[in-house]
Amino acid sequence: MAKKLLKGNFIYTLFAIIVGFAVGAIAMGVAGYNPLEAYGSLFGVVFDTTKTMSYSFIEYATPYILTGLSVAFSFKTGIFNIGAEGQYVMGSVAAMLVGAFVPAPAVVLIPLCILASVAVGVLWGGLVGYLKVRFGSHEVLCMIMFNWIAYYLSNFLVLADGINVGGGKTWSHSIQDAAKITITDWFPKNAVSSRTHFGIVIAILCVIAIYYIINRTTLGYRLKAVGYNRSAAEYAGINANRCVIVSLAISGALASLAGGLQVMGVTYKVTQFAAQESYGFNGITVALIGATNPIGTLIAGWFFGAMKYAGTRMKLLDGTRVPKEIVDIIMGCIVFFIAISNLFRAFVMNRGKKGGKA
Amino acid sequence: MSESERIKKDAPIAVEMKNIVKMFGSFRANDGVNLTVRKGEIHAILGENGAGKSTLMNILYGLYQPTSGTIAINGKQVKIDGPNKAIELGIGMVHQHFMLVQPFTVTENIILGMEPMKSVGRVNMKAARAKVQEISERYGLNVNPDAKIEDISVGMQQRAEILKVLYRGADILILDEPTSSLTPQEIVELIHIMHNLTKEGKTIIIITHKLKEIKESADKCTIIRQGKYIDTVDVADVSEHDLASMMVGRNVEFVVDKKEHEFGDVALKIEGLYAKDYRNIDVVRGLDLQVRRGEIVGIAGIDGNGQTELVEVLTGLRKATQGKITMNGKDAYNKTPRELFDMGISSIPADRQKHGLVLDYSVEENLLLQNIDNAPYSKHGAINFKAMHEHAVELTQKFDVRPSGCEGNPAGSLSGGNQQKVIIAREVTNDKDLLIAVNPTRGLDVGAIEYVHRYIVDQRNKGKAVLLVSFELDEVMSLSDRIDVIFEGKIVDSIPGSEADENQLGLLMAGGGKTHG
Repeated sequence: MAKKLLKGNFIYTLFAIIVGFAVGAIAMGVAGYNPLEAYGSLFGVVFDTTKTMSYSFIEYATPYILTGLSVAFSFKTGIFNIGAEGQYVMGSVAAMLVGAFVPAPAVVLIPLCILASVAVGVLWGGLVGYLKVRFGSHEVLCMIMFNWIAYYLSNFLVLADGINVGGGKTWSHSIQDAAKITITDWFPKNAVSSRTHFGIVIAILCVIAIYYIINRTTLGYRLKAVGYNRSAAEYAGINANRCVIVSLAISGALASLAGGLQVMGVTYKVTQFAAQESYGFNGITVALIGATNPIGTLIAGWFFGAMKYAGTRMKLLDGTRVPKEIVDIIMGCIVFFIAISNLFRAFVMNRGKKGGKA
Repeated sequence: MSESERIKKDAPIAVEMKNIVKMFGSFRANDGVNLTVRKGEIHAILGENGAGKSTLMNILYGLYQPTSGTIAINGKQVKIDGPNKAIELGIGMVHQHFMLVQPFTVTENIILGMEPMKSVGRVNMKAARAKVQEISERYGLNVNPDAKIEDISVGMQQRAEILKVLYRGADILILDEPTSSLTPQEIVELIHIMHNLTKEGKTIIIITHKLKEIKESADKCTIIRQGKYIDTVDVADVSEHDLASMMVGRNVEFVVDKKEHEFGDVALKIEGLYAKDYRNIDVVRGLDLQVRRGEIVGIAGIDGNGQTELVEVLTGLRKATQGKITMNGKDAYNKTPRELFDMGISSIPADRQKHGLVLDYSVEENLLLQNIDNAPYSKHGAINFKAMHEHAVELTQKFDVRPSGCEGNPAGSLSGGNQQKVIIAREVTNDKDLLIAVNPTRGLDVGAIEYVHRYIVDQRNKGKAVLLVSFELDEVMSLSDRIDVIFEGKIVDSIPGSEADENQLGLLMAGGGKTHG
């Protein structure tokens, strides 16, 4: 049964991706770009060299895998973690503060940075859960507020004396070399992007861990039960309030970890934002494309990362740049058609269901 | 034979379904079913949950296409490829779950989808209202065309549904489980309306598993068992017992086998309990109650006299405001569901889909809702799926949960009766000192009811305490060792089960005077 459903998901998702690309092609055609050339370039850019692949599947994809996993996990437990954005920001700030200012050797500092970002995510997500169960505040509204709090808090800290790098710059001190997780020098020169980092390994471990928690543990069993039917779970003696907090804490930890790893492996510092960066919001897209399944999210994260990377370098044969917004159109359409395909599936399933009962 | 009966005997055939087979995958939902309904007849389709009644009617209404078999309406062979075609042929269906827009008025609901127009885009509400009123009066439906659905009773909502079907010109009405959510008074009214309709030449097919209503209303009855056609009988010629036996395929015992025995110590004791409802009004008001081991105490009462809140307090879903509760002598006042469960209280909840089951979970997962943490089902937080599956296989066999091999299916895919069996399997297997059963047989067919009753009595015979809360007076009377009548949040009288009499209980439930003690 579960296999069948997954298979169903896969087919619908594939369909949505194809249609998404078709709509993107139309948009490009209307704007005067040859879509075949552009898509050829898109594919070529991603798979050109090991370096471009490392850009696509490691540097760009890692944060999306984790924020996608965060959102997917929350969906599985019946909550919509729209707060991944703020959690991501908090995670990056925490990793930056520890990485820049705690004197320690790499073997201590790297775990410490990771721990700091995870801890702040647990708090940032868990707090929303606490507010929900204690005061009945709606988690979605709460998290949107928390996103803005994180946004302004980050901007405030980045410009604060002692944290700001000084000289009128709008970013923080960089983290110490000991806190960096970049591993470019493990590879031959120019084989990988300059910001290839082992965060991807951590992300994959997280995917496996979350898959295991959801499908194999009593914790996952309880969280899902509360997500599916809170009343029945409570009636059966499951502490539903605690489950909500735990779920949001885990979800928050994953999104924050994404932010932390990004600072440790790619940006090395936190810069003042002009607008929300959308790593968290894009996690929603990734989770939906991945059918809220951890393994699916991993693949979707890679896909998303590759698209984001290729979007910046998509060209026509004559060298004309194709605007990277095309990628946003395609991704938007894919999510849209996935949403529609869910409706379509519900329709199909309902027809099937009526047959079961007689 | 009366005049009207003779007319029915000779009336032309309105619906003829022959040899209907409907396959879902390899499952035969209908396996050669025949149905012949004459004009002006009330024809009941009887079968257990999952027997294939609704499938057959969905075929007639065009929602499904039969795998093989023929359908003739008014003597003409037809192919019904959708509800629109069915409506065109004069067939209308009233579903078990009403399809009404709550904030709309009755008239607005009825014309929805086929609004009469004055000119482009302007609804002729006046004409529609007049027509609704006219139909309502002709058949004695007594529906206020201007009332909003959210303000009217379930019975009137159902009549609005019937009106909708009539408004669309139906001559053949299919009513799917029409009495499942009606009060006894509303059922009487409905039967009266059905007779009005047939007098005017309408034909009615009702899907039901309630024998009493078939005897009271139907002329003919077609029995289906496990998708197969069993027989069509004249209702007047058979007893309820005959119908029940044909339906389940074996002899059905209406009487519960309950041996006299000594009761043990007090298991549950409640003193001076007060609790508020969702409106923050005291609905349990100084309630005293006790249940001894080996005893079934039935709570008889009209809905809304504090039963729901009492059970919620006992299961930890609601905090009481005052009073004392002990379970096996230990304080059980305002504990969490988990604590109460661990103290020895298990329950069969009133709403099996809301509180009893996680419908998206498989049967095997549902069977462990409370015990997933215990060995051998998990170790260090990791679930042992093999143990879970074996547990489920054992229970589904022992409790005859159908279809067989359903352990991995979502609980939501089972019929209501089988869902209830899953809950009973779980709670009876928990084997706690006190079993609270709330309307345990609501919506179940005779076979399943017998089954549920047997397990409740088994618990009692094993020396467990049972608290039965039910709105079915028959059920309370046939099972209880003692009947406590609840009225306005208090137990107003306590009568030994053997001495209870329906009229006396009815009077007490309505707040009438005490007769003794």
